[in-house]
Amino acid sequence: MPSDLMTLEGISKSYQTPDHIGRLVLDQINLRLQEGEIVALLGKSGCGKSTLLRVMAGLVPPNAGALLYRGQPVREPVRGIAMVFQSFALFPWLTVLGNVELGLEALGIPRGERRRRAEAAVDLIGLGGFEGAYPKELSGGMRQRVGFARALVTEPDLLLLDEPFSALDVLTASTLRGDLIELWLERRIPTKGILIVSHNVEEAVELADRIIVFSSDPGRIRGEIPITLPYPRDAAHPAFRQIVDEVYTLLTTAPQRDDLRRPAKREAIGLGYRLPNASIQRFLGLIEDLLAAPHNGRADIPVLADQEALGMDELLPMIEALELLGFTHTAKGDIEVTGSGRAFAEADMLERKRIFAEHLLHHVPLAAHIRRVLDERPGHRAPEERFLRELEDYMSEEEAATVLETVINWGRFGELFGYDYHSGVLSLEAA
Amino acid sequence: MLRHWGIPVELWPLRLRVGWWDIAAALLVFGAMAALIWTGRKVAAPFTLGQPVSISLDAMLLPEYALRTTLRMFAALAASLLFSLVYAAWAVKLPRAGRILIPLLDILQSVPILGYLSITITGFIALFPGRLLGVECAAIFAIFTSQAWNMTFSLYQSFRTVPADLVEAARMYRLSPWHRFWRLEVPFAMPSLIWNMMMSMSGGWFFVVAAEAITVNGQNIMLPGIGSYIALAIEQRDLHAVGYAIATMLVVIAVYDQLMFRPLLAWSAKFKAEAVEGESELSSWFLTMVQRAKLIRGLAALARALVELSRRARGFLTALVRPVRREAALPADLDRWLGRLLDIALSLLALAGGFLIWRYVSGEVALAEAVRVLLLGLFTALRVAALILLASLVWVPVGVWIGLRPQLAQRVQPVVQFLAAFPANLFFPVVVLAIVHFRLNVEIWISPLMILGTQWYILFNVIAGASAIPTELRHVCANLGVKGAVWWRRVVLPAIFPAYVTGAVTASGGSWNASIVAEVAKWGDTTLVATGIGAYIAHSTEAGDFPRIALGIVVLCLYVTLFNRLLWRRLYNLAAERYRFD
Repeated sequence: MPSDLMTLEGISKSYQTPDHIGRLVLDQINLRLQEGEIVALLGKSGCGKSTLLRVMAGLVPPNAGALLYRGQPVREPVRGIAMVFQSFALFPWLTVLGNVELGLEALGIPRGERRRRAEAAVDLIGLGGFEGAYPKELSGGMRQRVGFARALVTEPDLLLLDEPFSALDVLTASTLRGDLIELWLERRIPTKGILIVSHNVEEAVELADRIIVFSSDPGRIRGEIPITLPYPRDAAHPAFRQIVDEVYTLLTTAPQRDDLRRPAKREAIGLGYRLPNASIQRFLGLIEDLLAAPHNGRADIPVLADQEALGMDELLPMIEALELLGFTHTAKGDIEVTGSGRAFAEADMLERKRIFAEHLLHHVPLAAHIRRVLDERPGHRAPEERFLRELEDYMSEEEAATVLETVINWGRFGELFGYDYHSGVLSLEAA
Repeated sequence: MLRHWGIPVELWPLRLRVGWWDIAAALLVFGAMAALIWTGRKVAAPFTLGQPVSISLDAMLLPEYALRTTLRMFAALAASLLFSLVYAAWAVKLPRAGRILIPLLDILQSVPILGYLSITITGFIALFPGRLLGVECAAIFAIFTSQAWNMTFSLYQSFRTVPADLVEAARMYRLSPWHRFWRLEVPFAMPSLIWNMMMSMSGGWFFVVAAEAITVNGQNIMLPGIGSYIALAIEQRDLHAVGYAIATMLVVIAVYDQLMFRPLLAWSAKFKAEAVEGESELSSWFLTMVQRAKLIRGLAALARALVELSRRARGFLTALVRPVRREAALPADLDRWLGRLLDIALSLLALAGGFLIWRYVSGEVALAEAVRVLLLGLFTALRVAALILLASLVWVPVGVWIGLRPQLAQRVQPVVQFLAAFPANLFFPVVVLAIVHFRLNVEIWISPLMILGTQWYILFNVIAGASAIPTELRHVCANLGVKGAVWWRRVVLPAIFPAYVTGAVTASGGSWNASIVAEVAKWGDTTLVATGIGAYIAHSTEAGDFPRIALGIVVLCLYVTLFNRLLWRRLYNLAAERYRFD
């Protein structure tokens, strides 16, 4: 039986909001990483998966629960765990070699050996010849290679990858992924386990032995999908497609949103619902595409994602928004346009705005609330802070700002209310 | 790699083949060392208060004077750097201390340097009785006070904005606090620190005359240096000597600009995360020389070897830069109580300080005089405001005109930088002569002296702002036929606004500080005095009247702080909110 690299028991993490009410980001996470496996963490953006990764790295202390690395508690970054960052996090004033050596320098390894090991790591990851280059001279793909070399040179047992490919273009990302999996399969790196946070379903299915799907608010483990396909995996293979479908189904039918499937219960969302940050122009485009051939009103979500060239983190908020407004209906990894959705998409601009406004008032309590307040006030004006304070009872300051921005955008489109950017005042006059 | 005396062996054969750059570099290094030793001996000469140090207007002595002054300036700059590093690191790493340290800095900055000088000089002389070293220290300290604060602010600002992902990477790879400080925080702060060092240096020149020719208790002490030379030339109405001094300064400023700041700026470009679009790469012949010279490469390797060795003995220094862990470990309640206690203690201390100043000043100065000083401050405030307005009217159009022509802008920028570094007080004699000759109104015509040195910041920033206007935007204007008043009002002025505000803030701060020097201008026996708080402080300093100096400084600080809070901060916020290109 393989031994445990890392175990998490009942890990919870909450952040303080200004009024000292904690907001739960991670709720009772239990997870076991074993030697020899690649585990992928998937979830919507803001679901706490990156926080979990930082907890495991020892960068963020959990509020509750036990975190053990090889049986030892982790309280701060420890030797043996390395991390690769989404933004690369390279030191711009150090050369490639300097960046790679940094971790070794901190370990107090003498200069000669440092140089030798760094050069070996640089060669291993395919950066030979670029040792003296500064990060700004390199392309994104090369920079992330430096990020990998810097992590691998410390010969970590456990490699934590925080969306390492998401800042790269598709082609570069797939090359780098291929190289990583090759190093891993051929055991050319001493790494015993890899945990990758991702929002790209296909990437996760391509790499992982096990996919863990996160749900948000608070972050919980929603489900787990083991993958036994042999490497290298072919994304066009039916078995691969089936797993992708399965993951999408799990992602789009999170338990706390089951009520949304039933129209009668749509009003169940409250004032403090975290509205998905989706732009109207984009979900309008999406619904138009859905109605057109070949979908004709109904589509498989992974196929749609592929066709629209949208990542999961972009597509899911749009689907959620459409669903919320009653324009589409999602079930078992499929999305279907409702009658009002069709009417909305096929109307002219004025009619569209009317339908949108009606749905917004009906389905989004926050929009209805803002409209009511403005109607009741004598001057029909209210500062945004008023609503921000209310939202902050439910969520962090930052999220409140995002949610209010979303509802203001939607409200403006529906011409329900106007907003003045400089004074931060909402009013009934159209902006 | 084999090594010999700390130098990688590969470098040895190359080192023996001496090239031209090596000779030049060696001359410079040895020359600098010799100069240091030589002045060091002179400084240690015995000195008793009362015995005059002889200064001569002989032009042959100017190189020596220039060297001494420059060394003083660099000593002060080094002190400023050290102070800034420690102070900014503390302010950032100990948030509780930072709460008081930063406002403190704000005040320290608005205290005019003459204030520091008059208050501390006697202490410094007492510290080294019978030696010139005391006066020397006082002068260096005075220059230090004109250089340090903006450097500290810049470091503090940078330390606080180190990118989060780099901080996480540094923690992940377990860099020690010491290591993190030098590998992450300081390099990140480097580009803006070097800009501020350049500005500090220019500021220092302006006050060099005041710092070298010191009046203590009615007694005049002149340190050998270019500042004293100028002071003497003015006292003896020697126009030739003033001319020589101007020429010398031109050379000195050109030399350190070429040998120090341009190389530093070019070098610091590597600390910027990304090259900003459209920003031209600075080049420096001196940096190229340093980078190519084999001798210097060898020295660099030696330095690295030394650093490697010294890493063992640094426990004490680590304590300076280590984030305080204990504080975080305290229970929340106790922590809050301690914080409150500290607040109370600080408030009490501040109250006691205020009371002391009040007692001190009120014992000597009647209330009516205090009111009069407030009024004097108002006069100076009017003068500063009018000058900034005037300078803006002149330099904004000029700056825009230059900024929209990239090639011209590239050639003009170094010239403007140079002008900013040039001490305006050298032109005082010219102004005084003109006022006397044409019988002009002193109150009005002496004012331009205040902004002579600082107006360049407006020009400099407007040029930068105008050249940053996106080309597409200019094409759109051409396409739509936007011209004349509409073009100014809707396009150019909003576009350069943030840059303009930055320049105007700097110019305004500099003018306040300069008022002490500029409201009193002398030429031999002719002394022109304008009504204002600067003249009041200058006069009190000359008389050694400490209560009045204190009162003047307090009122000046008050005005500067009010100006900053009420005017500039608002414009700044406006600029940051509304007029910027994202």
